[in-house]
Amino acid sequence: MKKFSISSLLSQLLLLFFVIIWIIPTFGLFISSLRDKDLLAISGWWTSLTTTEVNEIYRMSGMESQIEEDGYFKIKGKLFEDNSGKKIESFGISSKKINEFNIGDIATFKDESEVLLDEDGNYEWRSRTEFKKKKGKRLFTTSLSPPAFTFENYREVLFKEGIGRAFINTMAVALPSTLIPLIICSFFAYSLTWMKFYGRDTLLAIIIASLVVPLQMSLIPILTIYNDFGALFGVAAKSYPGVWMAHTGFGLASTTFLLRNFLKSLPNEMMEAAKVDGASHYDIFLRIIIPLSIPAFASIFILQFLWCWNDLLVGLVFLDQVPSEIILTAKLKELLGSRGENWEILTTGAFVSMTVPLFIFFALQRYFIRGLVAGSVKG
Amino acid sequence: MTILNLVFIVFLGILFFIAYFHISNYILDIYGNKTLKRYNFENSIRVIVFITPAFVVLFIFILYPVFETIRLSFYDKFGREFVGLYNYKWAINDPEFRRSILNNLVWLLVVPTLSTFFGLVIANLADRIWWGSIAKSIIFMPMAISFVGAGVIWKFIYEYRGPENTQIGLLNAIIVSLGYEPQAWLTIPMWNNFFLMAIMIWIQTGLALVIFSAALRSIPKEMLEAARIDGASELKIFFSIIIPYLEQTILVIWTLITIIVLRIFDIIFAMTNGEWQTGVLANLMYDWMFRGGGDSGRGSVLAIVIMIGVIPILAWNLYKHRQEQKI
Repeated sequence: MKKFSISSLLSQLLLLFFVIIWIIPTFGLFISSLRDKDLLAISGWWTSLTTTEVNEIYRMSGMESQIEEDGYFKIKGKLFEDNSGKKIESFGISSKKINEFNIGDIATFKDESEVLLDEDGNYEWRSRTEFKKKKGKRLFTTSLSPPAFTFENYREVLFKEGIGRAFINTMAVALPSTLIPLIICSFFAYSLTWMKFYGRDTLLAIIIASLVVPLQMSLIPILTIYNDFGALFGVAAKSYPGVWMAHTGFGLASTTFLLRNFLKSLPNEMMEAAKVDGASHYDIFLRIIIPLSIPAFASIFILQFLWCWNDLLVGLVFLDQVPSEIILTAKLKELLGSRGENWEILTTGAFVSMTVPLFIFFALQRYFIRGLVAGSVKG
Repeated sequence: MTILNLVFIVFLGILFFIAYFHISNYILDIYGNKTLKRYNFENSIRVIVFITPAFVVLFIFILYPVFETIRLSFYDKFGREFVGLYNYKWAINDPEFRRSILNNLVWLLVVPTLSTFFGLVIANLADRIWWGSIAKSIIFMPMAISFVGAGVIWKFIYEYRGPENTQIGLLNAIIVSLGYEPQAWLTIPMWNNFFLMAIMIWIQTGLALVIFSAALRSIPKEMLEAARIDGASELKIFFSIIIPYLEQTILVIWTLITIIVLRIFDIIFAMTNGEWQTGVLANLMYDWMFRGGGDSGRGSVLAIVIMIGVIPILAWNLYKHRQEQKI
C-alpha cells in the first residue's frame, strides 16, 4: 500500500477537477435531451431535479361552452392536461399583475364576471349576464412544475425533424467510405511492403507527403470534376458514390500508411515460405495477411469510420442539402440556424448524432486508441 | 431516394471493389497457369492490378488537385483567364483575409500548446492514481464526437439570455450567481475566439492524453524510483525526467494537433459562421467557393495559404522517412 501523502491527495483533487470540467458539458447535453421542453426553455439543466416555477398564459373557453346554473352563466374548463403534475401557486388577470390572486381567491374582471381557479387548473368563470364573446379571457398563472423527464424529444427529433433520415444517410455515407479505402488500401499497402516494382519508394514518399495535405487543396478541383462529369453524362453532380470516393481519396494516404506500418512488422519468412509453396500474391494476401491483420483493420476501420461519421465539410460540399442526402452534422448545423432557440431539438439531435461514436468509443476503445497511437495523421 | 435504394447502392458500391480484385485475380489465375514460366511477368501484372485503384484515387483526389489548385490561383474566378498575381494581391489587401490569418495564428499558438500541456499533465496524474483509467476515458471521450456535436454542446454552455431572464447557459448562470451581468460570449470580438478555442482544446486534449499515456509506459521505472529515493519531488521528476524523456512525443503530438487546427472549419462554421471576427482561413475559403457563384481563384489562394502552413511539417516527415529508409 502506498502511504498517504498530501501530494497524492492534491493530484487526486487536480485530476478530479479536470474530469468534472471535461464531463459536465456532455452530461448537461444528455440531461437536457431528456427534459420536458417547456422546462428546458426556462430553467438550467442543473435544476432538473428540483421543482421549477413556471409563468404561463392560458385563455379560457368562449361563449359556446357556457351553461346556466344557479342563476349564473358559467364556463367551466381546464387550463392544462392533468398528467403534467404541475400545481398552480398564484394567478392574475392582467399582464401587469400576474401574481395578484392566490388559489381560492375570487378574481373579478372589469365586466364584473368572476373566476375561480384550483391548483390543478380547473376554472369556473361565472357571470350574472350572458357571455357574448367568442374568445375567453386570459389567465396568467404561476405554477410549480415537478421534475419532468421524457423521451418525447427523441420521438420529435427522429421522426419530425428529419434527424432519423439524416442518421440513415450518414450511415450510407460512412460505411462505404470506410470499407472502400480499407479494401483498396490493403492491396496497395501489401504491394508497397511485399512486392518489388519500379517506383515503389517514390510512391511511398508521395503517400507520406499526402498525409498532411489539407483537404481544402482538393475541394475546388474535385467539385469541378464532379460538375463536369455530371454534365457530361447527364447525372447528378452530387451523389453518394461521389462522397464515397471523396472520403476514399482523403483517407487513402493515412489508411495506406497505417496498414503499411503494420504489414512491415509481419515476419518476412512467412511470405517466403508461402511463395516457395507456390502461393500467388493473392493467395498470400487472402490466407495469411487478412487473418493476421484483423486487429489493425479494426483500428483503421474505427478511425476512418469516425472520421466519416463526424465529417461536415465533405458532406456539405459533395452532397445536396436535401432530406434524402443531408448528413447528421449538416442537419445539426441547419437546425442550429433555424431552431437556434429550441434547445430540446438541438440537444436531442446532437445526442442522436453522438450515439454511434459513443457506442464505438465504449465498446471498442482499445482499437480506437491503438489506431490513434499508431500515428494517425490526416490531411 | 428511398431507404431501400440507398441500402442497395451501398452494397453495390462495396461489392464493386471486392469484385474488381477477385475477378482480376481469377482471370490472372487462368492466364498464369498457361504461362507458368513467366512468373515475373505475371507478378508485374499483379502489381498493376493491386495498386491501380488506390493510385487512380490518389491521383484524382490528391495529386492532380494540388497542381490544379496552384494553377487556379493564378486564374480568374471561373478558372478561364490568366490573371497573374491578382488573387494574391487581393488576399493581402482583404481585411477579412488578414483577420482570418491572424485568427489562424492565434489558434495555432494556443490550441496545440494547451492541448499538449493538459494532455501531458493529465496523463501524468492519471498514471499514478487508481481511478486514473476511468478519468482518462472520460477526458478522451470528446475525441469520438463530431466538431458540430461539440459545437452544440458548447453553444448550450455559452447560451445567453437577457439579464431579466433565468440563464439556461451554464457559464452565464455561474457569472450571474457571482453577481455579474450575463454576457453574449460568442459575440465579444477577440475574446470569442478563445471561447471557440476552448472547444477544440476540450476535444484534442484527449488525443494528447492517450498518446502520452502510451509513451509514459516507456519511461524506465528504475529511473523514476531512483529519483524518488533520492528525494526528488513529483514536480521535480515531471520537469527534470518526464518532459525531457518525452521530448519526441511532445513534438509529434504538437505537430499532429497543429495540422488538425490548421484546417479547423466545423467548429467556427457551426458556432458563429465567422461572424464577430471569428473567421479562419478554411471558413473564408468555403465562403469563397460559393459566394457570388463561387470564385475558384480566391478560394484556391486561401487553400494554398493553408497548404503553406503544413509544408514545414511535410518536409520534416519526408526527411524522417528518408532517414528510416537508410537504416
